[in-house]
Amino acid sequence: MIAELGHFALILAFCVAIVQGLVPLIGAHKNWRGWMAVADPAASAQFLLVALSFGALTYSFVTSDFSLQLVFSNSHTDKPMLYKVSGVWGNHEGSMLLWVLILALFGAAAAWFGGALPPRLRARVLAVQAWIGAAFLGFILFTSNPFTRLAEPPFNGQDLNPLLQDPGLAFHPPFLYLGYVGLSMAFSFAVAALIEGRVDAAWARWVRPWTLAAWIFLTIGIALGSWWAYYELGWGGFWFWDPVENASFMPWLLAAALLHSAIVVEKREALKSWTILLAIMAFGFSLIGTFIVRSGVITSVHSFANDPERGIFILAILAFFVGGALTLYAARASSMQAKGVFSMVSRETALVINNILLAVSALVVFVGTVWPLVAEMAWGRKLSVGAPFFEKAFTPFMIILAILLPIGAMMPWKRAKLGKLVRPLVPALVLALACAGLAWTFETGRSLLALVSSGLGAWLVFGALAEIWQRAGRTPARILRLPRADWGKCTAHSGLGIVFAGIGLLMAGQVEDIRVAQIGEPFEVSGYAITLESVEQFDGPNYVSTTGTLKVERDGKLITVLHPEKRSYPVQAMPTTEADIDNGFLRDIYLVIGDKQANGGWAVRTYIKPFANWIWAGCLMMAFGGLLSLTDRRYRVAAGARRTATNAVPAE
Amino acid sequence: MLKRLALCLLLASPAFAVQPDEVLPDPAMEARARQISQVLRCPVCQGENIDESNAEVSRDLRLLVRERLVAGDTDSQVLDYITDRYGEYVLFEPEKTGANLILYYLGPVALLIAMGGAFVYLRGRRREDGPGTGLSAEEEARLKELMKDEPGK
Repeated sequence: MIAELGHFALILAFCVAIVQGLVPLIGAHKNWRGWMAVADPAASAQFLLVALSFGALTYSFVTSDFSLQLVFSNSHTDKPMLYKVSGVWGNHEGSMLLWVLILALFGAAAAWFGGALPPRLRARVLAVQAWIGAAFLGFILFTSNPFTRLAEPPFNGQDLNPLLQDPGLAFHPPFLYLGYVGLSMAFSFAVAALIEGRVDAAWARWVRPWTLAAWIFLTIGIALGSWWAYYELGWGGFWFWDPVENASFMPWLLAAALLHSAIVVEKREALKSWTILLAIMAFGFSLIGTFIVRSGVITSVHSFANDPERGIFILAILAFFVGGALTLYAARASSMQAKGVFSMVSRETALVINNILLAVSALVVFVGTVWPLVAEMAWGRKLSVGAPFFEKAFTPFMIILAILLPIGAMMPWKRAKLGKLVRPLVPALVLALACAGLAWTFETGRSLLALVSSGLGAWLVFGALAEIWQRAGRTPARILRLPRADWGKCTAHSGLGIVFAGIGLLMAGQVEDIRVAQIGEPFEVSGYAITLESVEQFDGPNYVSTTGTLKVERDGKLITVLHPEKRSYPVQAMPTTEADIDNGFLRDIYLVIGDKQANGGWAVRTYIKPFANWIWAGCLMMAFGGLLSLTDRRYRVAAGARRTATNAVPAE
Repeated sequence: MLKRLALCLLLASPAFAVQPDEVLPDPAMEARARQISQVLRCPVCQGENIDESNAEVSRDLRLLVRERLVAGDTDSQVLDYITDRYGEYVLFEPEKTGANLILYYLGPVALLIAMGGAFVYLRGRRREDGPGTGLSAEEEARLKELMKDEPGK
């Protein structure tokens, strides 16, 4: 009964979305206020209905209602409650429902908090948002109904893929979706502006927070996924350049570009048509990501559904929205008059370069991701493009970006003198070189990677600090009174530096040891004495575990005792490794236990991973920086305060 | 990563990647073997390299790589040997031949084109003056001031 109610609510939401997509659009065109006003209640109703449907599915999972096909395939009575709930989106149908729920949430949020938006723009934004909602609700209802019943309900389910039964991964998809779908707001605003034929500072001021929020969620989502891979897959890899990871990375890069170009629109009324294009492309890549994951076209691990029918449906959605928006763009972009005038050396130019680097690097990732498909279709060549290619093709862009970033961030609007500008950065440069030298000395000599990455990382961090110092007029008292946006910028840019340093130092300096360890016999890995003390078996809630106890000592002093596990999930007949990690500021000690060997010992892998935590700490800093910017007073007080074009250039 | 791992795990016994008995006694040669393993794709998994993979065939490939190294092959000879037998598919970094050149040069070329386009645009931004651009009097004045500063251009 509950499931049928959920299904019914979903159908109603689909109908509401169609009304919301049509009526306000016509109203905005004819300037009928009553018709435009339909958008608000419709957006709320759509959200409530989808939420009801999602709630019904969650209820079915929590109560283990195996008469539902989806619950049967993805749940089990013995599964811990957390994973019963996260099982809702640990499968194709449920994850699409979550996608639509978040989409409706964003639409409703625009209706609730968009009171200050011009009514016509708001009606159009909500209508475009409803079109996207209707498309995906239709996709769910026609190809992936989560509420399909089984004629003869079985006694128990088939359990969730054990790899997904992990707290890191339970929250990874919702964050990613918040990011993907958040970009739909930027898209809706862009299309509405194209229909309107007008983009101004107020528009940019509206788009920026939405994009920023989406980017924060994407950052957290990607970081969670990478952190999960690091501790769960058993060899401490954190990024694989897998098609599905790339699918989340491309929107991230474009959202970062969009964030920066929207600043130029807001402050200087330039780069308008480029910003619109970026907004369309950023969401377009979210859709491409959804297509890659859902269609299984580039076969990858995440593809829950290798189903051509679904793939074609999503391709049609993609073609309709991106194609339609681009056509509209081609017709209307020329009407976007740029106003700001600036010289070659200015912050505007710096932000243009930022956009070029981010967009081209996203293009490189995109081409690398689809190349196997293209090569096979066009030339019948079966080939693979993987991490070694991406590392070489992508990294140079990030190096150029890191070199230019602190200089660009210092630039004033309109025009700048390079010589005067660079002076405050000299201490940062000296410190960065010192850090690079330090890394060169301590990392066992062999790695240029450690040198470059730590140098660039330090350059970003100290460059950001130098900028804050300069911005406060070199007066300590004023530093704390700087607007949060300045702090956000400083934190996010430093976070990027920390990520660079962490990745480089980890890849350059990690140590690995694979051996058969005998119980009670210590062995040494880069200065640590490790002893396998014992190995025991015990039963978990829905798995059997083999747990090792290992003692890690250094110079006779006990550092830590770790318990790596090997789990076997009988229902899914699948083993997983649960590495145990001693997290440290400068290094992680990462232990994995393997199989029992013929001579009575156990296979043990030891990894020493320097600076591993810096990668995720840096990601969190970036996300926190975004949050600081988002809570800046200007957005809270003046969000949506309509500003006319004449006073749109603040004297900053 | 999920399903590919799942797939490999189903195909293989629950052994995890490189086993202690595969490791070569010479650390330098082992390091080379690991380097090579990271460029080779497991033929039956979805996008894992043979170093991380748990599939039986990856273990065979790892042993083959080590065999060739012990026999005195250079790194590129080992890669050629394996590509000859398993096809270009197992290379994670496709050969720089034929159409693949597009893949390799697209990034730098796109960067150059974008930089060129941006240069033209930025120059246009600097010069934009004339009527009809909708500049306010205030902006007009600022523009004049700006142009005054750079007489040479």
